[in-house]
Amino acid sequence: MAHIHHYDAVIVGAGGAGLMAALESGKRVRTAVVSKLYPTRSHTGAAQGGMCAALANVEDDSWEWHAFDTVKGSDFLADQDAVDVMCKEAVDSVLQLERMGLPFNRTPEGKIDQRRFGGHTRNHGEAPVKRACYAADRTGHMILQTLYQQCNKFGVEFYNEFFVLDLIMGDDVCSGIIAYEIATGELHVFHAKSVLFATGGYGKMFKITSNAHTLTGDGPGVVYRKGLPLEDMEFFQFHPTGLYRLGILLSEAARGEGAILRNADGERFMERYAPTIKDLAPRDMVSRAEFFEIKEGRGAGPDKDYILLDLTDVDPEVVETKLPDITEFARTYLGVDPLKEGVPIVPTAHYAMGGIPTNVDAEVLRDHTGAIVPGFYAAGECACVSVHGANRLGTNSLLDIVVFGRRGGVAMAEYASTNPLPDIPDDVHVHTEEWLRSLTEGESEESPHEIHTILQDEMMDKASVLRTEESLLDVLETIGKLRERYGRARVKDRSKVFNTELVEHIELGYLIDMAEALVVSARARTESRGGHYREDHQLREDDHWLKHSFISKAATGETVLNYKDVTLGRYEPVERKY
Amino acid sequence: MDVQLSVLKYNPETDKEPHFEDFTVEADPMERLLDCLHKIKWQHDSGLALRRSCAHGICGSDAMVINGVNMLACKVLVKDLKQPIRVEPIRGLPVLRDLIVDMEPFFAGYLAVKPWLITDDRQHDPERERIQSPEERERFDDTTKCILCAACTTSCPIFWADKEYVGPAAIVNAHRFIFDSRDDGGAERLEILSSRSGVFKCRTAFNCTAACPRGIKVTQAIQEVKRAALFDSL
Repeated sequence: MAHIHHYDAVIVGAGGAGLMAALESGKRVRTAVVSKLYPTRSHTGAAQGGMCAALANVEDDSWEWHAFDTVKGSDFLADQDAVDVMCKEAVDSVLQLERMGLPFNRTPEGKIDQRRFGGHTRNHGEAPVKRACYAADRTGHMILQTLYQQCNKFGVEFYNEFFVLDLIMGDDVCSGIIAYEIATGELHVFHAKSVLFATGGYGKMFKITSNAHTLTGDGPGVVYRKGLPLEDMEFFQFHPTGLYRLGILLSEAARGEGAILRNADGERFMERYAPTIKDLAPRDMVSRAEFFEIKEGRGAGPDKDYILLDLTDVDPEVVETKLPDITEFARTYLGVDPLKEGVPIVPTAHYAMGGIPTNVDAEVLRDHTGAIVPGFYAAGECACVSVHGANRLGTNSLLDIVVFGRRGGVAMAEYASTNPLPDIPDDVHVHTEEWLRSLTEGESEESPHEIHTILQDEMMDKASVLRTEESLLDVLETIGKLRERYGRARVKDRSKVFNTELVEHIELGYLIDMAEALVVSARARTESRGGHYREDHQLREDDHWLKHSFISKAATGETVLNYKDVTLGRYEPVERKY
Repeated sequence: MDVQLSVLKYNPETDKEPHFEDFTVEADPMERLLDCLHKIKWQHDSGLALRRSCAHGICGSDAMVINGVNMLACKVLVKDLKQPIRVEPIRGLPVLRDLIVDMEPFFAGYLAVKPWLITDDRQHDPERERIQSPEERERFDDTTKCILCAACTTSCPIFWADKEYVGPAAIVNAHRFIFDSRDDGGAERLEILSSRSGVFKCRTAFNCTAACPRGIKVTQAIQEVKRAALFDSL
């Protein structure tokens, strides 16, 4: 038994990308948003530092400089046509958010204020530039709140606490989704002309992560199980400043405002790794530098296993007014006062550059040739356009969700208004129903929690900032064993109402799939580029590897890798120095 | 160290009444209460139902009554709690299962105050931002911090007794717009808030201010809205 709904457009996920798409689509066609969480719980709300756009409100700037920084930051793996679209539309996107009421911080003249951020420079790398528009250190919170306010203003329909389980595909055309209502345990078929996935990332495969518990790769997981490809899965960003042991993020804005990274000797070690922009080098480089410092015995603390983020030379008023949240995080969770002492930090799993492949209109690609899946769209962290390539620059994720959420919303509505609702069989949900039944039948001694913990430990040790053939092969074998154990595990709770054990169980399955896709893609790429660093292949090799990976899973369970050339443009790949 | 907890449980499919169940878990004093609840769920009682997401006080999912006080389970550490730690769902909203309550009445109160910018776009140049001075921006800064966790509203004795009252969180969100220099909807909102379900229900118990995990001066915001409604002093 399932409830059936008919819509022109259905959006899965209610973070920034999903809400932006809903606003655009909702103005044009009948639209519903299906979200695992209440919209304001989405992880867009955790983004702190800012959203870059070349407004030039404070210093000279141009969208081309922003594009250059994005391409260079991506280690030349981003598609330059897509980067141009994003950086050009950045200015309008910020102004649009301001018109919706977003409370940006202001300059003395009342214009939107801007500040420095990692990897963003003036005139092709000369010096850091003030490009990040911000609202204290809760920019993502304000974007999420503002978009949710606007969605309510325009009467967008929400199905909150509905968990996506399947994509309906008939004749290679997308025709809806199947979702599980967490409050009741009932299935819902959302029959639609167009579907957009905006489900966010999958950082919960790692032990130390800034990601929410709910970031489990649901959207890409569904896509992968349909036999469709995922792009650039080997590229996962580790943010250099996560709270020690916890992984909670301390924004790069701290370094933008003048904070310095120090090792156990008090040395500002980034001067050795990035002599020009030092602590504001891109995240992949800073995280790697931290790993090397710790590996070479210069880590701070009794176990020499962390780095110190030193804010003691930053004006205390700036810390309290422009960085209030992160100051509170350090005080609350570590009992450390950033005004008085260094904050213990480590790299934390932060952002998936890879995901569901799309073009600049958020249309999902069927394969590495660029063919599309009609009616199917994706935007935000779950998608890969690719504007971030091998390493995303700070603030470009908030920009990505606004720009491509909007483009996706427009495109899906146009598609829905010019195409008929495809037929779907009456029993389209039966397969899902049987799957859920199988998870809640019989007994098992297997502990999903133990499976998850082993996955997180192993991924952190062997597939995070530093990787080798040996470490990746090792973790791949572990994933295979965990998959078998997972297959035997059962959900003990048999209730219908808020069976959150069942939800977590399914989420773990998606995470295992995402880990497999990441590790297989990483093993194949025998070079180092951006967030993917191979100790056994330390150089970038453009002759072989200036291309995007597309991984998919055949019906037999075999993984298949294909590649698609990077779209180049104004900027020829050169060695990346900062 | 061993941590003892007493958690109010209720499964509508099997229980007639909510009841406390006791648990002991191993935890570090620096761990969050949320970590302890996860240990219960993952090691002892897989069915325990609670909402949570970001685990660092930003998403607003896990407001609960903890030792009698409204807090976020992810923003309070074991070392700061007297044991056994009593954990209950927030009050004044129907309990659906264990620590999960029906949030719909809460969001209905929020929506009642039109929490979105009301302005005539045609008056503004779309090619540039509206000008707002740092002082004007600062005027409503505090109330932009709200994460809609419902800790304030469900700590309010008036809200418990009177289901028509929109509650502190709704007024905080109205304040955020009423005192935004770019907003033209102040009069509209003040009319709503002057009605029977509105701001004058507040008897300044200050529970809301104590409960806010974001440190918003909720009672002060409510007083400012009252004053604006009385004297139209925008």
